[in-house]
Amino acid sequence: MVVETAHPLDVYLRETGMHHIWCTGCGNGILLNSFVTALKELELNLDKLVVVSGIGCIGRIAGYINTDSFHTTHGRPIPFAVGVKLANPELKVVVISGDGDLFAIGGNHFIHAARRNMNIQVICVNNFNYGMTGGQQGPTTPLNVSTSTTPYGNIEHPFNLVHLAAGSGAVYVARWTTLHVRRLTESIKKALQKDGFSFVEVISQCPEIYGKSTKIGLPVDFMNWFKRASEIQHFSDPAKAEITSDRIPLGEFVDIEKPTYETLLRERITQVQSKMQGGT
Amino acid sequence: MSGMKAVTVEKKSNLWRKPLDADKTRQLQAEITIIKDRCKGCGYCIAYCPKEVLEESEEINARGVHPPKVKDINKCAVCGYCTAICPDLAIFVKEKTEEKKEAENKK
Amino acid sequence: MSEKNRALSGKHFYSGDLACAEGALAAGCRFFAGYPITPATEIAERMARRLPQVGATYIQMEDEIASIAAVIGASYAGLKAMTATSGPGFSLMQENIGLAVMTETPCVIVDVMRGGPSTGQPTMAGQQDVMQAKWGSHGDYEIIALTPSSVQEAFDLTVEAFNYAETYRVPVMVMMDAIVGHMWEKVIIPPLEQIVIENRKKPAVPPSEYMPFKPDKDLVPPMAVFGEGYRFHATGLTHEEDGRPRTESIKVQQRLVQRLCDKIRKNSERIVKVKPMMMEDADVAVIAYGIESRAALSAVRKARNAGIKAGLLKLVTLWPFPEKQVSEIARNTKAIIMPEMNYGQMVREVERAAKNTPVIFLPKLGEEPHRPEEIFEAMKVGI
Repeated sequence: MVVETAHPLDVYLRETGMHHIWCTGCGNGILLNSFVTALKELELNLDKLVVVSGIGCIGRIAGYINTDSFHTTHGRPIPFAVGVKLANPELKVVVISGDGDLFAIGGNHFIHAARRNMNIQVICVNNFNYGMTGGQQGPTTPLNVSTSTTPYGNIEHPFNLVHLAAGSGAVYVARWTTLHVRRLTESIKKALQKDGFSFVEVISQCPEIYGKSTKIGLPVDFMNWFKRASEIQHFSDPAKAEITSDRIPLGEFVDIEKPTYETLLRERITQVQSKMQGGT
Repeated sequence: MSGMKAVTVEKKSNLWRKPLDADKTRQLQAEITIIKDRCKGCGYCIAYCPKEVLEESEEINARGVHPPKVKDINKCAVCGYCTAICPDLAIFVKEKTEEKKEAENKK
Repeated sequence: MSEKNRALSGKHFYSGDLACAEGALAAGCRFFAGYPITPATEIAERMARRLPQVGATYIQMEDEIASIAAVIGASYAGLKAMTATSGPGFSLMQENIGLAVMTETPCVIVDVMRGGPSTGQPTMAGQQDVMQAKWGSHGDYEIIALTPSSVQEAFDLTVEAFNYAETYRVPVMVMMDAIVGHMWEKVIIPPLEQIVIENRKKPAVPPSEYMPFKPDKDLVPPMAVFGEGYRFHATGLTHEEDGRPRTESIKVQQRLVQRLCDKIRKNSERIVKVKPMMMEDADVAVIAYGIESRAALSAVRKARNAGIKAGLLKLVTLWPFPEKQVSEIARNTKAIIMPEMNYGQMVREVERAAKNTPVIFLPKLGEEPHRPEEIFEAMKVGI
């Protein structure tokens, strides 16, 4: 099988992985495009980058990107990434996973890694449902939406992920849709270069499955919802950043500095070791 | 991915008269490459090109959809949105290099 | 104190938990992620104190699931990594133990066993997790499980556990009943140069040729780690030798699952460890492990004094199960006595291997192991 390296970004993708399994118009593809564009523009040393993903359609991304990568069990990319980062702080560790994987089963790991200010970057592709398994409700499914496990309409309030991340202590929080792909790339670049726990929420379309649940229509119709409802305002109050059908607040919400877990750990180890040499 | 053919559409120079400051200015000429068999027919590039450079073609690719084709290359401003928005890395635009322009002008 | 001084060589008076932690350090463990749970908390506390002294990382994670996930991550980033827990935490870890098996991650999991099921009796010992060590996660797989019966063994077998993990790229369980975990005995830590340490095989080919799950003749693939330029992919999905997921291929599933199991089964001669005592001319044998083997040894000596030709086979590896050794004993004895601090677990394996030789099972629930007299009485019946 002859594979033509026809696209300038192909060098960032594995030959054995492509072409990806994602549906027509899937936001995951746009995130893949945006992420490797960010890698290209930053000229990062790809030998020192580790991509960790969880279970879900977006989970397959680890198999597509040409770096060291790992596809964990459901909900566990963050603690795995923590282990990698602490074991070798020289590595840049990025978690790319979905709303269910990171915030339903994986919710506990998210808040603690953010609280500790672990120096890892987390990109959450939020498509409002569990796409891989056929469109069940998730922690970000809006009220009243009919999914395969909420056939009479969802009675649960969804998470405001930006608020959750900010409240848990993340030092960089941003939200963009896949339509705003350039600003998304810029935020990803910023997150990759910032020390501490960064969180980028990517509002993403799932035309085949969530689009079917909500009868949105073609992929372009989904994007038009993003176009119509998006409101960009940097550093607005994360608590007021809920997503509704009429309003998707976007922008950077948090960008602060705080000592990372690794910095504090190194300081403590140095203290302990010098005390021991100091001779007791 | 066998049988992927890249189709490159180039913008031909339309400077039949050379302006006096031609050596100081740079005429933007676009080169759009469509990797037809990667396209899944989402329509984003066609819908969101600010200059309406692209349209759906009549042909059907290996995936059974109509990939885009260039309607009018001269309108392309090389903004790169099609390149950035494509979920399948099936289209990219580049500015034609000076060498290529020279080579064409000589023909 | 640097890595070179990591072993506290000399004579010590330690509990099993402490000896286990020191064994890990001596073996070169540089990452511990855990969660407090009686009766394993002392291992975490010791590691929290000692790892920074040797410049290494201790982290208390938010739960046991995060602990084992972090251990797998640290191992893939190149460190020898360990966690320690008890029954309830061990249950939580099972899914990721499966992930460690599937991604062939070297790591050590210590289970200091207490009374179960569920929350059970946190401060009372048991041997109720021994089957779970092998069958706890879903799917077909093999692991290695070691069980110490003394504080010295808690040190030695933890070192051995790391060696097995590195050699076979598999999670290794140290199943220590809470009595061994909490009792205090003399332990001798040899100088570091005298401790045998094994490390994982490194790839012999450049990154362009490397296949992360292509085995050598011993069925174990050499292991690259993150950050060395190999840019490999590992997944819990069924995968090809180059790491890419193949969820639709029957052949790939067959090849992979069989190799993961055969990796241990076909190497079992080198892995299995038992300690026969007075077995050469034994008419009746006691098979025991952990603290029960101490009581069993007293019982066997008592029996010998009473003129009964008794012997003891102490199991050191519970998994892979020492089938051959048990079958041979069964052929040469009239009866096998097996005391366990549970309601019937390893005895099932013994019965299976013993075939027609009668096996007298002595269950024991609740904190106390059998008294030697109880085992002695059973031996008299066996004869």
